[in-house]
Parts: sequence; C-alpha cells; structure tokens
Amino acid sequence: MNYLPGTASLVEEIDKKLLVVLRDGRTLIGYLRSIDQFANLVLHRTIERIHVGKKYGDIPRGIFVVRGENVVLLGEIDLENENNPQLEEVPIDDILEMQREEQIQKQQEEERKKKSMLERGLQPHSELHDDLF
Amino acid sequence: STDAENKMLFYSFFKSLVGKDVVVELKNDLSICGTLHSVDQFLNIKFTDITVTDPDKYPHMLSVKNCFIRGSVVRYVQLPADECDTQLLQDAARKEAAQNRQR
Repeated sequence: MNYLPGTASLVEEIDKKLLVVLRDGRTLIGYLRSIDQFANLVLHRTIERIHVGKKYGDIPRGIFVVRGENVVLLGEIDLENENNPQLEEVPIDDILEMQREEQIQKQQEEERKKKSMLERGLQPHSELHDDLF
Repeated sequence: STDAENKMLFYSFFKSLVGKDVVVELKNDLSICGTLHSVDQFLNIKFTDITVTDPDKYPHMLSVKNCFIRGSVVRYVQLPADECDTQLLQDAARKEAAQNRQR
C-alpha cells in the first residue's frame, strides 16, 4: 500500500473504535488493530450490535479477524455522539427474541410476494442474491 | 505497461472529485451522501460528513461521521452533472483504449 496523501488508506484508522458493516448485514464495533491490502481486519474488544427498530443489544465477541471481501464499510464512531438518545439498549436475550420475530415477519412477507408473483406468471427472486442483506 | 496502469482512468477521475459531495449507492441498497475525502487504486472511498439517505432503515450509522467504503460493494456513484466533464472523460477513455491496443 502506498502512503501518498489523498489515497484512501486504512492506516489512519488503526487503534480507532470503528463500526464495521458486513455483507451478511451484521454490525461489529471494535478497535482496529491490523489491516492489509485486501481490507482484511483484526478487531479488538469487538461487540456485535443487533438493531431491531429503535432498540439494540450488544454481544461481546473478543478478537475478530474479518476477511476483506465481507466488509461493506468501516465507520469512525463519533465519540461525542456515540450514545445516541434515539436508540435504546436492551438485554441480549430480548434483542435476540426481537430479531427472531423480525426474521419471521420478513420471511412471511417474502412468501406473500413470491405467491403474488407466481400468480401473475412471474419468476420470484430472479435476481442473484449472493449476499444475505 | 503493467495491467494496473491500464485501469487508472476512473482512479484519476475520482481523485479530481476529492472535496466534492457525492452520493454512493451500495450493493446492499444503502445510499450514503458525503464529501469525498480520498480514493485508492481499488476505488475504495473515504467520506467525511456522511448522511445516510434512509436513516430509519439504518440506525447503526447514526453516530458515524466519517467512513471507509470498500470499492467492491459500490453499485453507483452519483455526481452532479456540472462536476463531470463528459467530453474530457470520453477523450481520456478513447486515449486509454488506444494505448491498450498498442500494448
């Protein structure tokens, strides 16, 4: 990696507390300790944050090595703004239950859409979905 | 005459847009508006002062001001028309294509 000014390098983000969005929709928050040219990451003191509506829950995960191809974006957490008044933290078990319910609702919605499309003679989900957004 | 030199056109183009406001649409349908801070050879992008165009759908981004976006997840980069000299781009593309043919 070059160190020319104006190039998008992750070097400056090392040791910062970052929010990492992955292709499977997960959100990780941790301190960035190591990077390479593929955007492979080593995160320290990582938590997985699950959002359902305006509520969220954190699961401690320790050290994470993330393969670069799974990374969507890395966000620098604004430490002043970090504890956003709009969002409410809830216990892990609660958020997992809420997530499960949200998943069930989404699946039912997908089933309904699929049925409507088939009724109209269309192919459901003809788009390539290689990621689980 | 390495392979990387043949693909410099958009890298150079984005470098010329540093400091401008653009909107990026990602393959996961998330759209982010921000000031282009820097770009690299993989077209990874760094933004400052971002706003998510649908914040209710993506609450996790609420306390993020700056971000790094991996080039591979970008679907579109939306620019205002007056920041883009299409004539210049066309000429540059033709020149690069001609150089590639010669190699």
